[in-house]
Amino acid sequence: MHEHEIVRQLDETRAAARLGGGQKRIDAQHSKGKLTARERIELLLDEESFEEWDMFVEHRCSDFGMAENRVPGDGVVTGYGTINGRVVFVFSQDFTVFGGSLSEAHAEKICKIMDHAMKVGAPVIGLNDSGGARIQEGVASLGGYAEVFQRNVMASGVIPQISIILGPCAGGAVYSPAMTDFIFMVKDTSYMFVTGPEVVKTVTHETVTAEQLGGAITHSTISGVCDRAFENDVEALLMVRRFINYLPANNRAAPPFRPTPDPADRMEMSLDTLVPDNPNLPYDIKELIYKVVDDGEFCEIQPEHAQNIVVGFARMEGRPIGIVANQPMVLAGCLDIKSATKGGRFVRFCDAFNIPIVTFVDVPGFLPGTAQEYGGIIKHGAKLLYAYAEATVPKVTVITRKAYGGAYDVMSSKHLRGDVNFAWPSAEIAVMGPKGAVEIIFRKDIGDSDKIAKRTEEYRRKFANPFIAGHRGYIDDVVAPHATRTRICRSLAMLRDKKLSNPWRKHGNIPL
Amino acid sequence: MFNKILVANRGEIACRVFKTARRMGIQTVAVYSDADREALHVQSADEAVPIGPPPSAQSYLVMDNIIKACLDTGADAVHPGYGFLSENKAFAEALEQHGIDFIGPGTYAIEAMGDKITSKKLATDAGVNTIPGYTGVLADADQAVTVANEIGYPVMLKASAGGGGKGMRVAWNDAECRDGFERATNEARSSFGDERMFVEKFIEEPRHIEIQIIADAHGHVVYLGERECSLQRRHQKVIEEAPSPFLDTATRRAMGEQAVALAKAVQYKSAGTVEFIVDANRNFYFLEMNTRLQVEHPVTEMVTGTDLVELMIRVAAGEALPITQQDVTLTGWAIESRVYAEDPFRNFMPSIGRLVSYIPPTEGEHVRVDTGVFEGGEVSMYYDPMIAKLITHGATRDQAIEHMRAALDSYHIRGVTHNISFLAALMAHPRFVEGRLSTNMIAEEYPDGFHASDVPHEDPARIITVAASVHHRYRDRAARISGQMPGHERAVRNDWIVIMNGEAHTVIVREVENGHDIDYNGETFEVRSDWQFGEPLFKGTFNGSPICVQVEREKQAYRLFHGGAEVTLMAVTPRVAELLAYMPVKTPPDMSKFVLSPMPGLLVSVAVRVGQEVKSGEEIAVVEAMKMENTLRAERDGKVQTVHAYPGDTVAVDQPIVEFE
Repeated sequence: MHEHEIVRQLDETRAAARLGGGQKRIDAQHSKGKLTARERIELLLDEESFEEWDMFVEHRCSDFGMAENRVPGDGVVTGYGTINGRVVFVFSQDFTVFGGSLSEAHAEKICKIMDHAMKVGAPVIGLNDSGGARIQEGVASLGGYAEVFQRNVMASGVIPQISIILGPCAGGAVYSPAMTDFIFMVKDTSYMFVTGPEVVKTVTHETVTAEQLGGAITHSTISGVCDRAFENDVEALLMVRRFINYLPANNRAAPPFRPTPDPADRMEMSLDTLVPDNPNLPYDIKELIYKVVDDGEFCEIQPEHAQNIVVGFARMEGRPIGIVANQPMVLAGCLDIKSATKGGRFVRFCDAFNIPIVTFVDVPGFLPGTAQEYGGIIKHGAKLLYAYAEATVPKVTVITRKAYGGAYDVMSSKHLRGDVNFAWPSAEIAVMGPKGAVEIIFRKDIGDSDKIAKRTEEYRRKFANPFIAGHRGYIDDVVAPHATRTRICRSLAMLRDKKLSNPWRKHGNIPL
Repeated sequence: MFNKILVANRGEIACRVFKTARRMGIQTVAVYSDADREALHVQSADEAVPIGPPPSAQSYLVMDNIIKACLDTGADAVHPGYGFLSENKAFAEALEQHGIDFIGPGTYAIEAMGDKITSKKLATDAGVNTIPGYTGVLADADQAVTVANEIGYPVMLKASAGGGGKGMRVAWNDAECRDGFERATNEARSSFGDERMFVEKFIEEPRHIEIQIIADAHGHVVYLGERECSLQRRHQKVIEEAPSPFLDTATRRAMGEQAVALAKAVQYKSAGTVEFIVDANRNFYFLEMNTRLQVEHPVTEMVTGTDLVELMIRVAAGEALPITQQDVTLTGWAIESRVYAEDPFRNFMPSIGRLVSYIPPTEGEHVRVDTGVFEGGEVSMYYDPMIAKLITHGATRDQAIEHMRAALDSYHIRGVTHNISFLAALMAHPRFVEGRLSTNMIAEEYPDGFHASDVPHEDPARIITVAASVHHRYRDRAARISGQMPGHERAVRNDWIVIMNGEAHTVIVREVENGHDIDYNGETFEVRSDWQFGEPLFKGTFNGSPICVQVEREKQAYRLFHGGAEVTLMAVTPRVAELLAYMPVKTPPDMSKFVLSPMPGLLVSVAVRVGQEVKSGEEIAVVEAMKMENTLRAERDGKVQTVHAYPGDTVAVDQPIVEFE
């Protein structure tokens, strides 16, 4: 065969691969408000940076008429490219080819780039849009899934893994994204569930739409499976470009530095009035976050789920940090099952990837009630405690107001190896609020409101302040709210070369 | 001269009085309610004294507490500001009994001018023009109708103790007169505890023009020109200016001289304002006299070069006026905009809350900001929701307007909603620019309320190029991240598509020192600014002239605020723009079938029931918030399908109350 013939054939094959399932299916994809696999990669990566691999891979199935039905690339586009010059590996499932279904070959392509990503230490971003297993292939397809699952687990905590769900993702297929670090979804056009509405209807007689059962809103509000829901493909892909700027390439790399004009010594006088005089009045902890971080930019994770805790990424002096904060606006900032799980998972991600953790504490305790106890708040609450206790990254804590009871211990306290623990003058570090404490200590006086009021005031004077904790060194200093940014910046700079390791073990046994 | 002045007020006026007192070397004392512990006026005084719980009836209106504060701090004089106890004769008397000077007129003047009927009689006697009407107290609705027929419709029913639009009703026929009498009487009884009513001729196309006077205890009275306060919304002044674009020298003198005559008739001393209503033929009629410093006094100060507070203090201390009528000249033009915490797009519902971000315009030769709040402060539910007064001065009216528009562009307020868009729209309104004002102008020009579409749009090039410049800076920053693939670092492209209102605009951005040269639509625009990421104000120059655009980044979009208009733009690569076309347009759910609560509050009543046919404008429900009863009316005809909330419910903002079929 002449060389020019080879080139011609290559061109033909490439053209066929680029056309995927054909113009008709591409149009159908567009008419659903979805982009094609290649268009998505184009938007996700820097222009002209994508290096595609395995364009010529085809499936090996010959049953059910599949022998005549081959498309080069086999329903997934894989390779690597850059986002703002930084390497990422990508796979993008092509719904126009066999509905994006996963064949053995399709899975091999994904595994190949995952293996490479592990070798060079770069993140993997998966763009999911797949009808599920290639049924014609039977167990070979299932095997393919498991190969991907195994690699997800091996890569966990080594390289960042991100899933963007841009179409269907059902059945066993959900478990690959489930084991990645972050799941982003698109509203109205994506859904994730283990069993679909038809099966649900048959088994439990519940009538539910795919969107209600596993749409982006369901998972970003109720289940917490989804970390951020976006309006459409374009927004999702461009926002992930921004999101990845916070993540290091791998667990041995430092998080990316980006210079900022925002001065470390910027004072925010308005924070001095953030905490209301009345301890029962809420305030928005996000105002504090936005006012202390670089350039007022905060990338919140799970903003609509378990809103009593706020988590997300920001930068201080150009370096990424993870923020965990109780939100007094929701459930008074109490910890409960969902918020502890949300916070715990976020803390562990930061710890795995060398991202320092800044914690803002205003927590009146754990949420009481049968729903919580029956749901296992004991074990779920312990997740956040466990995560903070095992974390070896720099930990800076600021108590803005309440730090009551066991929840005080949990929230990155000094006792859990908090490196620098600050308190605002409004901080109240105690076993519980003055009223509750007095009603227990002076139970016999409960009928006498004057006495109770006097005792409450006494308790408030003694404990509703940062002094007792300060005497014991549980907090390192009381800082003025307006100086919070500069104090955190300095602490993080001091901690930049912190070295701390946990004893050798196969792995810990976090209460799951 | 006094050693120490206590200001029996709060907010911007307290701060404003302190400023002058400090300049005069007089010590200052603030009083504050529990809600104002951290207020700006407390911080601006030498001493501050708590006077009670948040409701003004238990603090700022409690004379004993204020007198005690004077005695405790040794204050020898009290400036009452406006509102609260400023026109309260008993307060002035009580101060006198304790040997404390009241920085205001004598008690006789307060009393005489405080009553609409007495003041009108006195004015007539002093030769002041008054509106045809019946100065006696109306016995009942029947008498109101009889008198109205004698004067001729339209007529205005007014509570004798009224003010601020309360206890006032216009009637065009007997039925309205009867109804108006009942309603105004009820309102007057509940608001002022005084239900005396009178009636007068209602002037059409009226202008509100008032004369500022200043008098000393030695019989000297000087008038300091006029202020036109015709721009009012529901009898609340919105924009004031001095001089009036309507008056001629002869009318000004005639009005001034009548004002002086009235002041002399009541042995006035201190600053006072004689309000007139002026008709289309420059006939002017006495309305009332305010025996205190007016909210809008700064415009007079700006054109006359006086400090009214200083003059008030001096005459209260017994000094003779340092100026005579010959000294008074009017230089240039001054305009005041009242910046309120209210939502112009929601029927001006007041807004309360924390001022998360507050950046007033920079003060200077042309700009003055009288403010009583600060970033991190609170707009409280207990008091007037005025945030500040923005005053600009120019050699001409047009220049003053230009300065005002620029200042409004740079006024940044977050945390509470504000009326900057409304003020900016008024500044750009042809009727305002031409000076064709009347107290009905706002109601006539925005008959269905104020909407985003009422904000005039300007040349899009400014907004598009500023967005492009901001976007390019972000892209540039993104490309400076560490850890890039060696030799394959990111290069930032320079052509962008800016998408505004669904339209794509191609721009080419070239980096130059301190900004960008941007090619757009065949022209090159020079955008320069030292703006940094996260700053709300993009201040700089656009083709060499100053510009200030407010910028917020929201996910992939930029929200820009300029000229009162808020615009959302995106800047993307040509390829993204191409692919964006495939993205579905998601329309927010249609809420026009719902009557929503415009603010958090208590649902007092629901006037409709399921199945009822309702006509546009009919009352649907009443929501009480901040002690204001807000009547919600149907915005369309329809049949009630569901009532979602019931009297006694606490309703959140945008909560559906009634749903139509």
